[in-house]
Amino acid sequence: MSIRNRIAPYLYLLPALLVVLVFRTLPILSSFTASFTDYDIGGFHGFVGMANYGRMLSDARFWQSVLNTVYFVLGVVPASMIIPLFLAMLLRRKLAGRSFYRTLYFLPVVTSAVAISVVWTWLFNPEAGPVNQVITALGGEPLQWLREPRGIFEMMLSPLGIRPRGILAGPSLALVSLMIVSVWKSTGYNTVLFLAGLENIPDTYYEAANLDGAGRWGTFRHITWPLLSPTTYYVLIMSTIVSFQTFALVYVMTPPPGGGPLGTTNVIVFYLFQKAFDRFDIGYASAISVFLFLILLTLTIIQRRVAGGRVHYS
Amino acid sequence: MALDGRTLALNAGKHLMLILGGAIMLLPFLWMVSTSLQQGGFDNYIEAWTRVPFGRYFLNTLIVTVLTLAGVLVTSSLAAYAFATMEFPGRSALFLLFLSTMMVPQPVYLAPSYVILSKLGWINTYMALIVPWTANVFTVFLLRQHFRTIPKTLYEAAILDGCGRLRYLWKVVLPLSKSVLVTVMLFNIIGSWNSFMWPLVVTHSEELRVLQVGLSYFNQEQSSNYQLLMAASTFSTIPLILLFLAAQKRIVASYSRSGIKD
Repeated sequence: MSIRNRIAPYLYLLPALLVVLVFRTLPILSSFTASFTDYDIGGFHGFVGMANYGRMLSDARFWQSVLNTVYFVLGVVPASMIIPLFLAMLLRRKLAGRSFYRTLYFLPVVTSAVAISVVWTWLFNPEAGPVNQVITALGGEPLQWLREPRGIFEMMLSPLGIRPRGILAGPSLALVSLMIVSVWKSTGYNTVLFLAGLENIPDTYYEAANLDGAGRWGTFRHITWPLLSPTTYYVLIMSTIVSFQTFALVYVMTPPPGGGPLGTTNVIVFYLFQKAFDRFDIGYASAISVFLFLILLTLTIIQRRVAGGRVHYS
Repeated sequence: MALDGRTLALNAGKHLMLILGGAIMLLPFLWMVSTSLQQGGFDNYIEAWTRVPFGRYFLNTLIVTVLTLAGVLVTSSLAAYAFATMEFPGRSALFLLFLSTMMVPQPVYLAPSYVILSKLGWINTYMALIVPWTANVFTVFLLRQHFRTIPKTLYEAAILDGCGRLRYLWKVVLPLSKSVLVTVMLFNIIGSWNSFMWPLVVTHSEELRVLQVGLSYFNQEQSSNYQLLMAASTFSTIPLILLFLAAQKRIVASYSRSGIKD
């Protein structure tokens, strides 16, 4: 091979490689090294060992953001699996008007998170917003929604004279409002994934079940659910990873400096963002980034291990 | 399946639930439009458009989306072509290097990216909005998968005819990949158009605001002026909704292939 032929492949790769190296690999690696440094608006002030991680341990705001993120994930993920699975079950088998429904459900998916957040801020407006108008029209009490710092369990139980505190109070209604929007936005996407998964199950299984006289529930329990498991697993992991990174909804609907009423919608990425770009505390923000990365990496590894080769990606 | 009474009732039930679900999906959009037309009607749109330079924001988003897309198509086609058709030392290591960056989500490396951009002197420039996104690993991955399906004999025949490698990519490979190219174009366009966190961080001046960032600032400034906010939300979402309606089959398919969400 001539020299020209030998270097040609690298020349083809070069443009993409350059961008990937400078704007992905380098910052990813820097994120790790920066987490061991004191790096702020004045620049680099030397290595500080594990100090940033030590700071995380005693930072109440940080742990609040972790708790809020966990609440968010635990609230959003089950709902954005059950509802889409149900919808996909309804939509399968060439139901008339299927593509019409699919278009409708997919609309929030392609719409920007910012525009959706602006609209839902208005819908949740406590004074004149449509959601409260509907509630009062139905005879209910209007709620503060995005401005409500009280935990939902606290709100539900306080009329009974029970006042749960701390973690037991549950996520604030403000955070729950964000969860509702998040589920609303991702429903169409997960429905499409489930629909594709359902369509991969060969009809012969159902014909056999039918011959055996299996009922609807039995068919679901013994055929659909096990055969759908690769899709279910994929949706579970993807939704979890995406929910862990929620930012735009929080930033727009419960804007800075607060992170919501009493910081109750302050999630990890929002906190990281504030540390990095309001305080320009790059070292500490990087430590939080590494923490976030390790959580997501663990989830990805679990996915690989448990799902093995069964999960299909296309 | 016979259309007996039971099946009809079942289908009616299904449609009832699906319509209810569809209403929940659609209602926020309807409320958005109806609020935008209250007190002043269409004038709200003109008022929102002129109160802050939304024309500028649109133009910025358009510039960023088009140039990013052009960059992605060039760099990804070249890289995917090398990965798919050429033998060279370090090929799998380099491919792994590309793929490994997909495992790390954007927020994780946002802060160091800012430092790198400021060292380059790119903060608050179009460069910062465009250049870092002119390579897209997932696009490389998808194109490579497709390029590999093109028979090698075609290549050998073309080379015998004196066709160069680059010419072969341009004249044979890319025309045979129209479908996958449209797919990657669609999700890159949607990704650029809706991108928010990055432009929020790397630009400061109003002249460089993209649509999403402009809308977010507008939301903070006009927090009680809901007619104007809904008008701005409406005209901000219309272009993508039109794109979606025009190409919905492909968009739905490309989303389910890519696993992208924001």
